[in-house]
Order: sequence, then C-alpha cells, then structure tokens
Amino acid sequence: MTAAAIDRRALPPPPGRHGIARRLSDIILRRRGLLLACLLIPPLLWLGIIYLGALFTLLAHSLFSIDEFAGTIIYQPTLKTFGELLRPANLDIVLRTVGLATVVTLLAAVIGFPVAWYAARYARGRAKALFYLAVMMPLWSSYLVKLYAWKLLLAKEGAIGWVAARLGLGGVIDAWLSLPLVGGPSLSVSYTGMVLVFLYLWLPFMILPIQAALERVPASMLEASSDLGARPGQTFRTVVLPLAMPGVVAGAIFTFSLTLGDYIVPQVIGTSALVLGQAVYMQQGVAGNLPLAAAFAVVPIVVMVIFLTVAKRVGAFDAV
Amino acid sequence: MRSDPKRSDPNRASLPLKLGAGFGILFMHLPLGFIILYAFTTEERSYAFPPPGLTLKWFAVAWERQDIRDALGLSLQVAAIATVAALVLGTLAAGALSRFRFFGREPVTLLLILPIALPGIVTGMALRTAFGVADIPFSFWTIVLGHATFCIVVVYNNAVARLRRLNPSLIEASMDLGGNAFQTFFHVILPNTATALLAGGMLAFALSFDEVIVTTFTAGQQSTLPIWMLQELVRPRQRPVTNVVAVLVIIATFLPILAAYYLTRGGEAVEGSGK
Repeated sequence: MTAAAIDRRALPPPPGRHGIARRLSDIILRRRGLLLACLLIPPLLWLGIIYLGALFTLLAHSLFSIDEFAGTIIYQPTLKTFGELLRPANLDIVLRTVGLATVVTLLAAVIGFPVAWYAARYARGRAKALFYLAVMMPLWSSYLVKLYAWKLLLAKEGAIGWVAARLGLGGVIDAWLSLPLVGGPSLSVSYTGMVLVFLYLWLPFMILPIQAALERVPASMLEASSDLGARPGQTFRTVVLPLAMPGVVAGAIFTFSLTLGDYIVPQVIGTSALVLGQAVYMQQGVAGNLPLAAAFAVVPIVVMVIFLTVAKRVGAFDAV
Repeated sequence: MRSDPKRSDPNRASLPLKLGAGFGILFMHLPLGFIILYAFTTEERSYAFPPPGLTLKWFAVAWERQDIRDALGLSLQVAAIATVAALVLGTLAAGALSRFRFFGREPVTLLLILPIALPGIVTGMALRTAFGVADIPFSFWTIVLGHATFCIVVVYNNAVARLRRLNPSLIEASMDLGGNAFQTFFHVILPNTATALLAGGMLAFALSFDEVIVTTFTAGQQSTLPIWMLQELVRPRQRPVTNVVAVLVIIATFLPILAAYYLTRGGEAVEGSGK
C-alpha cells in the first residue's frame, strides 16, 4: 500500500471541528484512561461477573456440606466435604486422574516434538504450509468425531484388530491386554485405549506451542554449537531442548488440563473405574451432592493454578 | 561454515526425525479417514472392518431426520451469537492489552485465558451452580453464555497478535492528518485487523459448534449437535447415520479452518509493518 493510498483512506473529508464524533473523540483521546476504560470494562464485566462469579459460587459450594438423610445442602462453611475427598475411593479417583493426565502429557510431548521440530526447522514454503494445516486440521476438527473415529478403530471387530490379525499380531495385542493396569477385556475398555484417544485428541495442542518456541531458535545458534564441536545429540540436549521448554510447558498446560477435566472419553472408552470428571458429573447429577461435586471440581483448579504458576516462571506464556 | 565435511548437513532433516514427524502426522490423520469410509458402509449394527459393502443411502436417511436438523439448527444459532459476543469482547480486550500498560494488566490477561486454561468441567460446573443459585432456568441463552465466555480468548489471541504488529506510526499519522478517534478506527485500524478478526471469529464459531462438556452442564432439554452425537455414542440407535453426521461435521469444521488459515496467512503484510 503506497503512502498516497493510505492518505486517501485515512483522510475523509475535512471534519467539522465541533461535530459530536469529534468532541467525543477529543474526550477519549485527551484522557487515555477513559479510552482504556471503554475498551476494558465490557470484557472485564462479562468475565468478572459471569465467569468469576460462577467460579466463586462453585468454590463456595465446596465449603458447604450435604445433609445425608434429607439430601439438602447445609449452607454453613465447613471443610467436611473436602475431607470426603480423602476417602480412599475418592482419593483413588483424584490420583488416577492426575496420573492419567501426566502419562498423556509426557507421551504427547514425546510424539509431538519431532513433528514440531521438523515443521519449525526443516519444512520450507509449501511443505511448511502443509505441515501447519496438517496440525491445525485435527486441532479444530470435532472432538466427538475424533472420539467416534477411535471407537470404530478400537472396537473388537474394528480396523486395528483386523490389521493386527492380518499381520499375525493378534497375539501381541492379547498379551498386552492381559497385562495388569494397562490391559483390560478389549482395547476399547482399557487404559491403553483411553490414553491413545487422549493422545490423539490433544496432540495438536502440544505441537503448536512447541513449534512456536522452536521457530524462535536461530539457526546460527545451532551452527555455532556444531562449530564448537557438539554432536547433534549434544546440541539437541544443551541448546534446542532448553529453548523449547517454554513451548513444551505451554503445550503441557493444555494437554494436562484437558485430560484432567474430560469425562466424555472415559465414558465412551475406558474402564469402569471413574475419573475426576465423571465423579463431578455423577455427584451433581445422579447423586445430587452439589458440595461434593464442587469439591471435586476444585481439585483441577488447584492443580492448574500450581501448574500455571510454575509455567509462568519458565516463561511459557510468551510461547502461546 | 562446517569444518567437518563428513558431518551431516545441519539444514537437512535426519531420517529418524523425518520418520518421527511422519508418524505424528499419520497418527493425527488416519482415524478421520476411517470415519469417512464408515459413512458409506452397508453394515448396520457393528463396526466391522473392512465394510462388507458401500452405499450412499445413509446420507438420504440422515437428511430426513428431524432430530438431526433441530440439533444442527440450535448449534448454528448458538455458535453465531456466541461468536458475535466473543468478537466484540475479545477485540475490546485486545485493544486494551496491546496498547496500554496499566496496573492489573497481568491478572486481566490471566482472566482472559482462564476459561480455557481451566478444564471445561470446571467452567461447566461453575456455570451450572451459579445458574442454580441465581434461579436462572436453562435455556438457549445459558448455552450461549457459556460458549461466549470461552470463545473470547480465541478472538483475543488473533486480534492481539495483529494489533501488536500494526505500526503505531500509522495511527499517529492518521491523528496528525486530523482524523478523530472513530475515523482512525474505521479507516486505519479496522481495515488492518479485519482478516485477523474474521479468522478469530471463525475459530470461535468452530469452537462453539463443537463444544460438548460445558454444554452438557448449561443446556436443559435442548440438544446441540455435539450433544446429539454424544447420546448416539453412549446409546447408539442407527450407527451409519451417526457416521454420516460425523462426516458432515468434518466438512463443516474443515472449511472455516481453511478460510481462517488463508485469512491470517497474509498477516505478515500488515500495512506499515515493512519498516
């Protein structure tokens, strides 16, 4: 755009010095604080009232308890409901969910890193655009469709079983499923299936921030490392990985948080053992125990606040 | 330059890296292909692979189903209104945070990302509890309220990235030439950020169109398309019809993504960013 063209667009007919727009404009511009307030207040009101308000209502409910006989909420602050979280059955749910989220996050980082590294450093021009789309597409395609695709794949008569049988690997799957913890009656009713689906769902959320972080690593730095005699592996460990860390942490925020709060995947695929999300859903719906549901929901909040605080320290937000 | 000619070229990817990247991409795309295949299967009751035969009849069956049309209609309406709300609020926030340094800036940024940084179940559960306390009955609007809340950040992210690249001297020039705040906004800022806003809007639309966890908490009797699909997943009635709907959803999300990509791709060429 040439300067002349900009002039024409930025310069409508000479404005009347005393028009209402002009006067309003003068007021806004003279006081920067007023302009800031105009910009900031609507979103702040929305998020402050609707979102924070709801969040505090939730927190407040976790401090109430339920009358076991009448099933009504006793509106008196108590830590009793939080105490209930420590019951073995409930604690199990919390620990299982956090463990699951950790495994999913670590695997996502391991699988996502090569994709991000390739896209950031080696893909050029058309290939780069293709890579970007290849990651964006699954990121934005429907969550339920993706889950549904895995139900098709993991089903006993489904594609994975068929391919395994053709390759003579049916025994391998059976052996894996007979293992404790990771196994189960079938792939679609096991932790293995659940982890696979979570991985699949969140992988793009891991790749994009890592790629963003890696794109800021100058190639000259890698050349310098190589010139100074570092082997590729050394360069990776001492230069690339530390610089990519903010991206990895940013990606981990998404994958961890998303796994922590999901109750749909475990409902469709996975074992009968509950995860946190299911516990929240059941307590508020079927059981009608709103305080306990709220207390369960506070767990991911606490976990994520800790996570975000640590993430901020390592500068993860600059990479998002 | 490299001193050791035997060492591999650092600008070429090694084979393991290529394999790793290829595996990752394949892992992300193969399952979607199966959905498309299954939409044409003649097998009605199981997920048998390979499909015994192929047919187009399920597309016709799905087209006739009133429950699917209703769910689709509701989803589109919710997404449209949530997107408009998010566009307004997200853009305002981006305007404030990209140009001003003020007290409390960091907490505001955190507040913006919180609805997506915290698990969906927290947002859903919080809204449901609040609606209960405030005695607000579940309706179309409670769904919109929830969706708009987490869509704001998507618009914000797109808008703030573009605004930061927008050369401030353009705005100063407009002011120097006598443009008032509104003229500067409509003739300088808006044209330069329009594509980013459009992209943000489309992504917000896609996000709302697909949202299920928050919706299960904020919807009463209505079902959006994802809720409809979830019901089919838990208690399948006519599997091939679900497959067809899944394919339609893939197409419906693919197009906005592609459009958003092309709109932001030229984003480096913001006017005045050359210098």
